[in-house]
This record gives sequence, C-alpha cells and structure tokens, in this order.
Amino acid sequence: MSRRHVVVLGAGPAGLAAAVAALEAGARVTVLDEGERLGGQYWRHHEAITDRRLQHGWERFERSRDRIAAGIAEGRAVLLQRAAVWRVDVEPLRLHALVGKPDAPGRRRVVVRGDALVLATGAHDRALPIPGWTLPGVTTAGAAQALAKRDGVTVGTRTLVAGAGPFLLPVAQSLAIAGARVVEVLEASRLPRHAAGWTARPWELAAAAGKGLELAEYARSLLGQRTPYRTGSGVVRILGERRVEAAVVARLDRAWRPIPGTEREVACDSVALGHGFTPRLDAAIQAGCALTEAPPGSPRFVVADPDQRTSVDGVWAAGEITGIGGADAALAEGDLAGRSAAGTPHAALAAARRRRDRTDAFARRLEAHAIQDGWSSWLEDDTLVCRCESVEAAAIVRASGSASRALRLATRAGLGACQGRTCGSSVEALCGERLGLDARPLLAPMRIGELLGGSEATA
Amino acid sequence: MSPTFEFDGAEIAARDGQTIAGALIASGRASWRTAAGAERGVFCGIGICQDCTVTVNGAAGVRACLRTACDGDVVEPESR
Ligand SMILES: Cc1cc2nc3c(=O)[nH]c(=O)nc-3n(C[C@H](O)[C@H](O)[C@H](O)COP(=O)(O)OP(=O)(O)OC[C@H]3O[C@@H](n4cnc5c(N)ncnc54)[C@H](O)[C@@H]3O)c2cc1C
Ligand code: FES
Repeated sequence: MSRRHVVVLGAGPAGLAAAVAALEAGARVTVLDEGERLGGQYWRHHEAITDRRLQHGWERFERSRDRIAAGIAEGRAVLLQRAAVWRVDVEPLRLHALVGKPDAPGRRRVVVRGDALVLATGAHDRALPIPGWTLPGVTTAGAAQALAKRDGVTVGTRTLVAGAGPFLLPVAQSLAIAGARVVEVLEASRLPRHAAGWTARPWELAAAAGKGLELAEYARSLLGQRTPYRTGSGVVRILGERRVEAAVVARLDRAWRPIPGTEREVACDSVALGHGFTPRLDAAIQAGCALTEAPPGSPRFVVADPDQRTSVDGVWAAGEITGIGGADAALAEGDLAGRSAAGTPHAALAAARRRRDRTDAFARRLEAHAIQDGWSSWLEDDTLVCRCESVEAAAIVRASGSASRALRLATRAGLGACQGRTCGSSVEALCGERLGLDARPLLAPMRIGELLGGSEATA
Repeated sequence: MSPTFEFDGAEIAARDGQTIAGALIASGRASWRTAAGAERGVFCGIGICQDCTVTVNGAAGVRACLRTACDGDVVEPESR
C-alpha cells in the first residue's frame, strides 16, 4: 500500500477521479478547488436549484464524492474547498492557497505539502471577439450553462447559441430547460460529410465514444423545440444600444470567413458564444511542465507520458489541460494519473491505460471543430478585442509589428484584470506570435495585503 | 431561508446558495458594471473574465459569478 501524500489541484471530473484512484491505491490525498461545490464544470450543481435533467453521469459523481468523504473519515483525505491556489512550488512541493469566500478580504492563507501533485485545472470557454460582443446579454456558452445549472437563470429569453463543437448542444438544452427559447444553434465548422446531417442523426458524430447517447438526447431536445442547427454559419455582429437586441448571422466559408451577401438579422436578446476551450495552463507553466507546440492563437497542452506524468518529477496532469477531450476523457485520465501518482508501477496500469485510450476517438472528432484563421475578417477596426482594457482590433493589428513587450505595453491588450485569460489567444492570433501571456506570477487574483500579509497555516 | 441583499439601493431576494450574479439576473438585470462607459454583466460565468465584478461590503473587485449572495450583503456597482 502506498504511503505517499498525493495533492490534487482541481475537483472536476479529472481531479475527482485522481483523488479516488489515489485513495484506492492507499495514498493520503489532499484535494484543493476554488469552487463552492465539488464537480468542476461538468458536474457544476446546486443541491436545490439544479434541474436533474441537466446532470449527466451523476452516479459517478456521487460515488466519487462519497469515496472522498470516507477517506476523510478514515483520516486519509483532506478536502479544501473555496481554496484559490495562487502559487505552486515543486521543489519541495508546496501549494499556496487562500481559503474563504471568493475575493473576500481576510481569507485564510494555507500551504499544502505533499509527495506528488496531480494537476487537473481544466479549461474555460474560448469565445472569439465579434463586433458588439461586450454588450450585456452576450455570454460564453459555458456561462449560459453555469447560470442555468447553478443559479437556475438565463440572461435572456430568446437566445442565439453560436460557435463550434458539440458542447453547443448541452448548452442549448440547458437554456431551454431553464426557460429561454433557443432561436438557432450555429456551428461555424463545415463538418465532414460523415458527420453532416446533424439534425437528422447527430449522435453519429460521437457514436464511437460514450458521448453518443448524451448527444442524441440533446439533439432530440433541439428537434422538440424546432430549433434549427446550421453548420458553416456564425454570428458576425451583435446589435443593440444598452443590451443585445439582434444579431447578424452569415454563412462562413471553410476558413470561417463570412460569405458576402449571406448576412441576415436575427432578433434575440442574448447570445451564447463558444468557439472551443482554452486549457487553464498557468499552474502547469508555473510548475515548469513542458507544453506541446502550436501556432500562435491555437491552444497548447501539458505534455503527459503514457501514465499521465508531466516532464517535471513528481507532477502528473489529467483532464482538459492535456488535450480537450470532454468529461469521459478527463475521468479516465484522472483515474490513471491518481494511481500512478500514488506509486502504482507502470506494469500494473495497463487496464487504466486502455480505458484512457478508448476516449481518444471523441477527442479526435473535436478536431473537426478547430478555430479557422478567417474569423479575423469579421472584426471591425473598433471591435474591442481585450475586454478588460477596451483595446480595439485596429490598435492590436497596428502594434503587431513591434516586439512583444513593446506591443503589450503600448496597447495594454492582455494586461487587464483577467490577465489575458479571455483575449490572450485572440491577441496572439492577430499578432502572429506567442506573447507568453499565460505565464502568470499569480494563479488567482489576490489583494495586495493578502500577498504580503501574515503566516501560512499548514493544511 | 432566502437571503436578501442590497444592490445599488434596491432590495434583491436571492435563492439560497445562488450567486450574486444569478440573483441580479433573476431580478431582471443584465448589467451592473461600466467599462470605458459601456455596460457589462456576466460574460464567462466561472470566474475567468472579471467582467462581473462588484463591491461587496466595501471590498472592491468581487466576482459576482463566484460569490454566493449572503443575507445583509451590501453590493455596489463598479466602473473601470
Ligand atoms: C463553463 C463550462 C461549462 C461546461 N459544461 C459542460 C457540460 O455541461 N457538459 C460537458 O460535457 N462539458 C462541459 N464543459 C467542458 C468541460 O471542460 C469538461 O466536460 C470537464 O468538466 C473537464 O473536466 P476537468 O476535470 O478536466 O476540468 P474542470 O471540470 O474544468 O475542473 C477543473 C477544476 O479546477 C479548479 N481550479 C483550476 N485552477 C484552480 C486554482 N488555481 N485554484 C483552485 N482551483 C482551481 C476549478 O475550480 C475546477 O473546479 C464545460 C466547460 C466550461 C468551461
Ligand atoms: S463573469 Fe467572468 S468573472 Fe464573473
């Protein structure tokens, strides 16, 4: 039996699976997550508010939660919720967190030491800038999902869902269940022939993976509402004075350039945008983990070996940070990472590796939805690209010739409150170079007094 | 118990465990911050974008999409 202390950062599907697996292997486990409740994005919930129809694979969640509770009762597990990890040191391994109400002053400073670290920090939505996308009523697709699940609300009553990838389907279903009318779902990609005909047989897109049934259910719910699902289409402008009043929709070519003459106006009071996901890499970058190569504007991921080990000794990675593959992949990777981090030898992990490899098919299907360069042609000179600092597209394009530091200082794009999390990839795509915006000294926002003040308690 | 908080002088009733953002949206508001003169509300919904920040009980920069509404909270809009 392992005597290691495995620290897990993130309590989404990947982190929960890692924690359970490490407990099963006999390790001591500490799990940290900034959220109010366990479950990450996929299992975001509120006991009283969340409609059960919005919860998938819920028994697995309950089993994981109960296994961790049993570990706590045995004295082998510690769970730190509402714990914003702001720094990760690897030699020696130490995670620094602020524990308490989000962004409240006077949170408790905590340090967690351990023998092995599993990073499972997940991803957030990537939404491409569009003229008018800062109007109230425009949210990410994930925000629509989170508000529906956790708060039981929708930002509007007539919503256009647009972007790329199968995630738009659960979002459309959640909006409908939470009470909004989904006017259209627009998929920018022109899906390959074998995946076309979504409205007739959309589950074929993922028939290879366990996602098939779940997606089929979403498709039926779209049909039930008579919501059109259009591929090769996107929102190219959002209109309104003080909030969304309408959106201009156009056909997109293969490169996602709007096709002139195809624009039409759609009345709506809200738009949910999701063009894919951005992995939350900053903890892995701070830990020194090697990343994959990718052109500017495309996501990089943490490099993991067949047992989910990163390039840094004692650090494993699982879930969306090692490649966007959805919840099933995150679960299988987390399970493998947790066992390996607890000290289970490679030879004893063959079955866990096979389970992980089976989820690859769905991840590969997602490649058909990758962002194409032509999106920048729907920008106007005065489209805000950096929402925090209100930096216009033209300023970024003008500065793109200059060296990276000069550019950042000159335009302030990517230097605002969100630290480039929202616009970073888009700014890099427009500049044609990587700017290193995701190498952040602090992993979570904190007040200056919290940074300077007080001693850290050991958790 | 359903918590009630004050926003910009108005009383807002939240459902127990709802975030400040969720409760403000349920009250019919889509925006509660201004940036460069334009209105902003929720964008990412999960604490990433900082668009939704409000001042809570005197502390600025609180993400309304993460913070659970508590009875008696005094919430103020921000501008940046
Ligand atoms: C808003 C949103 C909603 C989604 N909804 C769905 C859905 O309904 N259905 C679906 O199939 N897919 C959904 N997805 C896709 C989702 O990425 C995967 O399905 C799945 O949740 C990924 O699992 P994960 O464990 O890799 O990461 P996540 O579920 O993202 O979990 C990562 C966890 O790490 C925590 N974390 C990260 N950094 C820190 C830090 N510094 N300190 C403390 N904690 C930290 C986060 O709080 C989070 O709980 C959604 C994605 C987003 C962004
Ligand atoms: S809406 Fe993005 S941080 Fe709250």
